This record gives sequence, C-alpha cells and structure tokens, in this order.
Amino acid sequence: MKILVCISHVPDTTSKINFTDDDTKFDTQGVQFVINPNDEFGLTRAMWFKEKQGASIDVINVGNSSSEPTLRKALAIGADKAIRINSEPLDGFFVAKQIAEYVQTNSYDLIIAGRESIDYNGAMVPGLVAGLLKMNYVTNCTKLEIDNGKAKMDREIDGGKETLSCSLPLIIGGQKGLVEESDLRIPNMRGIMQARQKPLEVLEAFEFSSNTNTIKFYKPEPKQAVKLVSADNLDELINLLHKEAKVL
Amino acid sequence: MSVLTYIESSNGKIKKNGFELASYSCELAKSLNTDVVALTINAEDVNELSSYGIKKIIKVNNESLNKFSASSFADIISKVADNTSSSHIVLCSSLDSKYLAPLLAADINAAYVNNVIGLPTNLEPFTVKRSAFTNKAFSDSSVSSEKIIIGLSNNSFGLVESSVSTEIEELDFEVQNSNLTVDSSEKVSGQISIADADIVVSAGRGMKGPENWNLIEDLADTLGAATACSKPVSDMGWRPHSEHVGQTGKPVATNLYIAIGISGAIQHLAGINSSKIKVVINNDPEAPFFKAADYGVVGDAFDVVPRLNEKLKEFKAQNS
Repeated sequence: MKILVCISHVPDTTSKINFTDDDTKFDTQGVQFVINPNDEFGLTRAMWFKEKQGASIDVINVGNSSSEPTLRKALAIGADKAIRINSEPLDGFFVAKQIAEYVQTNSYDLIIAGRESIDYNGAMVPGLVAGLLKMNYVTNCTKLEIDNGKAKMDREIDGGKETLSCSLPLIIGGQKGLVEESDLRIPNMRGIMQARQKPLEVLEAFEFSSNTNTIKFYKPEPKQAVKLVSADNLDELINLLHKEAKVL
Repeated sequence: MSVLTYIESSNGKIKKNGFELASYSCELAKSLNTDVVALTINAEDVNELSSYGIKKIIKVNNESLNKFSASSFADIISKVADNTSSSHIVLCSSLDSKYLAPLLAADINAAYVNNVIGLPTNLEPFTVKRSAFTNKAFSDSSVSSEKIIIGLSNNSFGLVESSVSTEIEELDFEVQNSNLTVDSSEKVSGQISIADADIVVSAGRGMKGPENWNLIEDLADTLGAATACSKPVSDMGWRPHSEHVGQTGKPVATNLYIAIGISGAIQHLAGINSSKIKVVINNDPEAPFFKAADYGVVGDAFDVVPRLNEKLKEFKAQNS
C-alpha cells in the first residue's frame, strides 16, 4: 500500500501569536514549528500500517525551505520519502491544487491529512484534493482500518459518531482518535540518523493562483478583569449571570 | 446572482443554527442587492424560516438522503447554486457542513472561507473577518474568485427576525451511487451535543476521577447544558474524546461556558475563546483560567458545584 501523508508546518500549540509587517504576516520570531498535530495523528497511524501490514509512506508539504526540519522529523518518525513543493503556501486552495497535481502523476492508495491545520484552521485541503481528484473522502476521521483494499472508518459527527466503509483510493482528514496521544512517537537517535539519508525531494510549484488573501490580522481585544464571586455567595453569581450577562 | 444558503435539518426539523444562517444570508443579500434562496434537504416543516426573512425555499426530499453523504449533499448544493445562479453560498459550521464545503468548492471552483464572524467589511474586493489560530487571532480575508462559499461560525451573528411570505419549491434529485457508504451511526441520545448547546459545563483534572462526573452531569442537567472536558481528562480516558475541548479537540462557541477544575492551558483557552461568557470555578486562585474568564469562584469544586446546582434549581423553578 502506498500512503501519502500531507504535512502542515505550524506553530507549536503553546506559541504566542504575534504579527509583523503592519499586521499582515505571522511573526515567526521565537516560535517553534511542529508537524500539525492533526497530521501527526495521521502519520502515526500510517506507521502502524507500515509496520503491521506493509506500506510505504511519503510525506508532502507545500512550503519554503523553513519547513524542511518538520519534514525531516516526519522522516525520523519513519516516513520513507519527503516531497516539498517549493512555494509559500498562499492559501488552502493553492496548497490543495499543488497536492492534487502531484498525486495525479504519483498515484497513492491512501492519502492522509489532518482535519485542519491549527494555524489558519482552513479545514479544506484534504476535501479540496478529494473534490479535485474525485476520490472518496472522509474527514473528522477517528478510526481507520484497511483490509484487502477496503477501508473502514469512524467519523465524528455532532453528538456522536458514524461508521463508514469504502474501497481505496481514499483520502481522509484525521484527528485524535486515529491514534491516541500516547501512541505519538518521539524520533529516536537511530531514526534521526536514518532520516538524514532519506530522500527529500524539492519540486517547483505548479502555476496556480490563490483565491483568498489575508489583508490584516488582529489580536482579540484585551479582556476585562474577571469578577470574583465568593464561594459563600453563589446567589450573587446566579444574579450576575441572569441580570448582567443575560445568559440564564 | 443570488445568495444561497443550505440549512440543515435533523429528523425533519430545521436545526437551531439554521435561523442564524437565514438571518445572516438575508443581511448579506441586502448588502449585495440581491435575493436569498434557502435549500433544505429532508426537512419536513420549513415554515419557521419565514420568520427570518427567507422568501424562497428549495426543498429536496429523498429517502436515500436520510443518511448524510458529503458528496451527494455537495452535489445538490452545486446543482441548486447553478440553477439559481448563486454567487455566494452560506454554510453553517457543523461538522457535516464543514465536511461538504471543500467538495463543493472544488466542484464549482469557488473560494471557501470558513470561521467567518460577520458580514463583509468590503464588497470590492469581497472581504470578511474570520477567526484564525484557533481564536487566538482574527484576520480580514479578501476573496478574488467569482464564487464564494462562506462558512459562518456558530453564534457569531445572532438572529434578525423579519416575517415574510415564503414560496416553497420542491426539487427532485437523483442520488448517484457511491462506494463510500455509512454503515451505522450512533448519537448519544438524551444528551445535548456541544455543537448545539447554549450552555456547556466543562470539567478538568480537578474532578479527581471519572466517578465524580455525576456532579458535572447533574449541573449540566439543571442548566440544559452539554458536558465537555479538558485534554488531560480525555487522554486519561475519564471521558470520551468527543468531549475534549481545545485546540486539538473541539471548538466551543456557546453563550455560557462553565469551567470546573480546569487550570486553563493556552490550548484549552484557544478552543473556548469565542464563547460569550466564561465562568471558572477553581480552588487555585492563580489558575490561568481566571485571566480569561468573566466570572470566577475560588473554591473547591466538590463544595461549590453541588451548592450551585441546588441554587440553580431554585432559580429555574422561580423563573420558569
């Protein structure tokens, strides 16, 4: 089985979010970048297929050279080959078109992406790739099993879950549940050494335009200080929620 | 050119977020000087939409659409968008609508902007404000394509009542066979989902163990609220993943969010930031959550929560 895992290179979840260039760009200074957590759950599930059922894993990122350490980490975790499409990831549409174009000439049985990246939260790349290539697609995927070219998966729905099945090829938007947090792997020294020898292919981007543009970023307004209510005066809390906040 | 909005239903009934979607779409159409068409799939009674300015509804009813299929639903919206020459399509932020949106975008070559929190701030180019970085920031995004799919954040716009008379058109749709099938689905019955709830009661490690969750469930019951939890709680298996709220879990945009025994890690706060009112109950006055909350009680959850529950019951009894 040939698996492609789409990797987004995102600021760590603990990052302070700041902007530069007149609030038009994300300030990367002092920010640690990681594999998008939703993609990492998918990569870890891909490793399970590789080890238990036999599979090759390619990882792909649309980004500039700054995302290479993130791709090397994916290789150190156990992916076999990395592909970087050399371009600023202009928007989700642009990234999806690049990936779809690559997939068209390098077919895969299974494509795994995260349900969304934790930076811009676009939640569209795997769905657009699926739509462009007319592939089976399941997002918010919390479980994935593959047996004899048939996939069975769970999808989170509002207030529950559903079980789906289909034949391959398939593209999923993964999230926690695909594997547990405790299954995530920290690359060991051997993995890191091997990753240096593994291929990291850099391809020029295809000529597509984006269809959205971020004009300006804002940070939320500073919050007013919390109103503390004594634990002995819970009537006061109910009163505030009723009369002042008007939520009861 | 018109505005098309797909309004979800559940068991034949229009979902609550449909009225916000209708309100938003009407205001959007006003600013674009055009009309709104609402599309429903397997909804029975759609009359309530007349109270929110919807003058035209296209109803698709077909038994084979009782199970949600992202590709079929996207196909229907695509066809209706084409028939009505719609340039702007408004979707809600449910998991189903977020699932079908990119399929639709690829099909009709539209830009998809999600997490939109208001009407356009500019029409040339079309510009909307969105949340980004899991609510740690906002952005103004401009769109250059002709067709635009707008994913409206839950609870970000509110309701605009406007009673109109509504024309209803029924449309047949032939469902294409797909080898992607839904084999079963389970909904936690008798409970309100986090996505639909006006109030969410959420708890963390401060509850000391899953056996103490009856306190949280009782309080949620009194308030008609959904229950949620912090990441460590779901990681330890005390509560299901579907209740995990935060950056890698679920976002919560509710009217009232009550956090009990949750310290307030930055990832958790990001997930609940767009909730309107936040109440924190924690025995540690230094817990970071107090900086993000509107109201706070410093106290032991095991003491405060049952007493709060009793007082709320009294309050409910008096005010109902």
